[in-house]
Amino acid sequence: MEIQQHLYDVIVVGAGGSGLRATFGLAEKGLKAACISKVFPTRSHTVAAQGGISAALGNMHPDDWRFHFYDTVKGGDWLGDQDAIEYMCKDAPRAVIELEHQGVPFSRTEAGKIYQRPFGGMSVNYGGDQAQRTCAAADRTGHAMLHALYQQALAHGATMFVEYFVIDLIFDKEGVCRGVLALDMNEGTMHFFRGHAVILATGGYGRTYFSCTSAHTCTGDGGGMVLRAGLALQDMEFVQFHPTGIYGAGCLITEGVRGEGGYLTNATGERFMERYAPHAKDLASRDVVSRAMTVEINEGRGVGEHKDHLLLNLMHLGADVIHLRLPGIAESARIFAGVDVTREPIPVLPTAHYVMGGIPTDIHGQVVQKRGDDVNAIVPGLFAVGEAACVSVHGGNRLGSNSLLDLVVFGRAVAERCAEIIKPDTAHRDLPVGLLDKAMERFETLRNANGSTPTADIRLAMQRTMQKYAAVFRSGDTLAEGKAKISEVFDSFSDVRVADRSLIWNSDLIETLELSNLLEQAVATMHSAEQRPETRGAHAREDYPERDDVNWLKHTLVWVDPAGKTRFDYRPVHMHTLTDEVASVPLGKRVY
Amino acid sequence: MGEFTLPRNSKIQPGRRYPAKDAKKPRTFRIYRWSPDDDQNPRMDSFEVDLASCGPMVLDALLKIKNEIDPTLTLRRSCREAICGSCAMNINGVNTLACICSIKEQAAGDIKIYPLPHMPVVKDLVPDLTHFYAQFASIKPWIRTQSPMPTRERLQSPEERERLNGLYECILCACCSTSCPSYWWNGDKYLGPAILLQAYRWIVDSRDEATNERLDDLEDPFKLYRCHTIMNCTRTCPKGLNPAKAIAEIKKLMVARRG
Repeated sequence: MEIQQHLYDVIVVGAGGSGLRATFGLAEKGLKAACISKVFPTRSHTVAAQGGISAALGNMHPDDWRFHFYDTVKGGDWLGDQDAIEYMCKDAPRAVIELEHQGVPFSRTEAGKIYQRPFGGMSVNYGGDQAQRTCAAADRTGHAMLHALYQQALAHGATMFVEYFVIDLIFDKEGVCRGVLALDMNEGTMHFFRGHAVILATGGYGRTYFSCTSAHTCTGDGGGMVLRAGLALQDMEFVQFHPTGIYGAGCLITEGVRGEGGYLTNATGERFMERYAPHAKDLASRDVVSRAMTVEINEGRGVGEHKDHLLLNLMHLGADVIHLRLPGIAESARIFAGVDVTREPIPVLPTAHYVMGGIPTDIHGQVVQKRGDDVNAIVPGLFAVGEAACVSVHGGNRLGSNSLLDLVVFGRAVAERCAEIIKPDTAHRDLPVGLLDKAMERFETLRNANGSTPTADIRLAMQRTMQKYAAVFRSGDTLAEGKAKISEVFDSFSDVRVADRSLIWNSDLIETLELSNLLEQAVATMHSAEQRPETRGAHAREDYPERDDVNWLKHTLVWVDPAGKTRFDYRPVHMHTLTDEVASVPLGKRVY
Repeated sequence: MGEFTLPRNSKIQPGRRYPAKDAKKPRTFRIYRWSPDDDQNPRMDSFEVDLASCGPMVLDALLKIKNEIDPTLTLRRSCREAICGSCAMNINGVNTLACICSIKEQAAGDIKIYPLPHMPVVKDLVPDLTHFYAQFASIKPWIRTQSPMPTRERLQSPEERERLNGLYECILCACCSTSCPSYWWNGDKYLGPAILLQAYRWIVDSRDEATNERLDDLEDPFKLYRCHTIMNCTRTCPKGLNPAKAIAEIKKLMVARRG
C-alpha cells in the first residue's frame, strides 16, 4: 500500500476542546501544525459537556483561585499533583475570559457578566460555603465552547485532516516520536504525518464500559497507541461514575441540575444525600454521590420495578428556571426517559463518565515516564492533553466543570511549550528505513482479520466485564475474577473477524482498531484497580474502605505488553505547589 | 425532450433480505446501500429487526443491524444524544437524527432509511459534507471585532444574550440544508438554511462588530436570496430551531439598511 508523506512542525491528533486549542495556539506561534481527527471537529465529545467551566471569576460572590485550588486537591482525594493544580486554577480566569473574547455565548448575570452556577465540591474559604464558580452557557457549555474553538481554528487558517484515523505513533530507535500513521477514511489511502512533535488530544476511553455517558467515539485511541509504544499509562484505576446518567439510555444529565437546586430521592421519597454528606448534600463530589446512590440501591431503596435506580427532582425549580438554565436536559429527559421535567423526576443511575487516568505528562503537556531513578523522564517529541492525559490535575476524582478547564488551559500550555522548543520550518531529520513496517503490519493484519468472532461481540463482552467487575464499588475477590475475565476477552481479539474488506469508510475496520485501543486500556484499568488496596477518590474498595497514605499516596504506572500482561511501577504525588502564592494542602480527611 | 429518469447507474435496485428468526416483535428496516468499491447500482436491503431486544431509537436499530447482522453497514454516529450531529439521515422521508428518531412513532410498515438527500454519497448512509463545511467556513463564522479587548469579559445583558437563543444551539447536522429544494438546485452558490442561520447568529451577537461586512458578504443573488420560504428547514430541524426565521431576519436587515 502506497504511503503519502506530509511534513509539519507539529501534529495534533484529535479535534476536541484541547486539540483545537492546541492547534490554533500553534498557529498563533507561527508553527505549521496539522490537526488530524477521526470525526469532523464539532462532533468531538467536548460537545456533550453541559454544566460549565470552572474559574474563580468572582462574578457571583468574592472568590479566589486558591479556594478553587483547595477544592480540586480535596476533590481528587490528594492524588492530584498540587503544582499542576495550582497552574490550572490560577490560569482559569484568564482562560475563561479568553473564551468569552472568542465569542462563547455564556449565560449572563443581570450586570451582563458571565453567569456562574454552583457545582459539586466547589467551596469558598477552603471548604466553607458552597461556591458559584462554574461558568455556564445554559446547559450546553461544551457545545458552545467546542463550536467557538473550531471557529477560532478556522479564523487562524488551521490545517485540518478530517475523518483520518490515526493508527499508530511512529518512534525512531532513539525513542523519539517522529509522527503518526493515519488512514484517510474517505479516500482509503495511507498517510505518514511527520512532525517534530505529536500532541495526543484523543480523549477518554469511556466506551470500555457497557453503560457510559461517553460517545461511541470515546475509544481512548491515544492511550492505546502509547501502550503499544511500550510506554506506561498512569492512574488507570480511577474511573468516574457520574451520579446522573439517564436510567437505560445512559445519557448525561448535568450536575448543574443539582447546582440549580435539584435533588435526589429514593423509593421512600427521602433526600438521602443529607445522610451521606450533611454539609454539601447533593453537591458533594461525584464519587461520593455515586457511592451513596449505589448503597441506596443495594440496600433495597431503589425505585422502579427492579428497584435499580433513583430519582432526580427538579420540578420545584419551576418552568422559567428550567427554560433559562436547563433547556438541554429538559429535552434529553423528554426524549430518552419520556419525562416532562416540570412535572416529574428523571430516573437516574451512576454511569461511567470520565477517566482520570491516562498518558502521564508534566504541566507543559510533555509525556513523562519513569526511567531508573528519574520519575519525570521526558519522552522526546510526544505530548498529551485533555482527557487522554494525566497531568494529574484531577487526582482520584475530577470535580465537575474542571474538565472543560483542563482542555483549554493545557491545550494552550502545550502549544506554548512547542513554540519554545521548536523553531518554525525546522528541517526534518532523515528517517531510518522500515520505520513504518510494524504499524503497517498491524494495520494489514487487522484489515484482513479472518477469525470467527465479530468485533461487536468482543466489544460487548469487554463492556459487560468492565461494568460488572470495575464499577463504583470494587473488591479484591471480584477484581481477581475480573482480571481473569478481561484477559479472556483480550485473548479473544486474536480471533476477531472484520467482515468489510474495503478501504473507503470501512467503519467495521475502524471499530476494530478502536476496540484494540479499548481492550488494552480495559486490561490496564482492571489490573490497576486490583493492585491498589485502598479507597481513594473514585476507586472504592469494599475490602479496603480507608485511604492509605502511608503506602498508596502515589501514582500507578501500568504497562500492558502485546500479550496483555501488565507490569506496575509508581511515581510520587507532587505535594508541593508551583510557587509560594499558595500553600500546599496537607493530607486531611475528605468530608463533604 | 428532457429526460426525467435517473441515470442508469443511479437507479436503485432491490437488495438483499435478512429475515429475523423467531423474532417476538419484528420490524423491517429498508436501508439504502451503495459501495464505492464496485460498479454496482445502489440497492435497498431489508433487515428484519426484533424490537423486543432493541433500543427505542432508529440509531439503536441501525447499530443492532451493524453489530448482529451486517457489519459492513456504514453510517456516522457518535454522541447518541442529539448534540454532535453525526447521524443525520433521511428516515421515512424526513431528515432527522437517527439517535432521537423513535421507532414506535414511525408510521406502520417498513421504515425506509436513506442518506441525506441530494448530497454525494461516500458509502451507504454517509454523505460527503465537504461542500457544506466549506460554505460554513466561507461566512467567516467567528467573532470579529476592532475595539480593544477589555481585560475582563465583555458585558452582554441577559436580553442581548437572549437573542442568540434558537441560533447558537445549531449542531451543523445539515438536516435543514439538505431538505431545501432551493439548496438541491443551487447548492453550489446558495448557502442554505444551516449556514445562513450561523451567519445570523453572528449578525445579532451584540459583541460582534462586523455586522455590515457580514451583510455585504450576503448581498448576492444566490447566497441569500435563493431562499423562497419553502420552510422545509424549520419543519425538519431536529433541534427545533427556525432557520427560515433567521433568513427572514437577514432579509429584513438588508432592506432596512438600504433605507
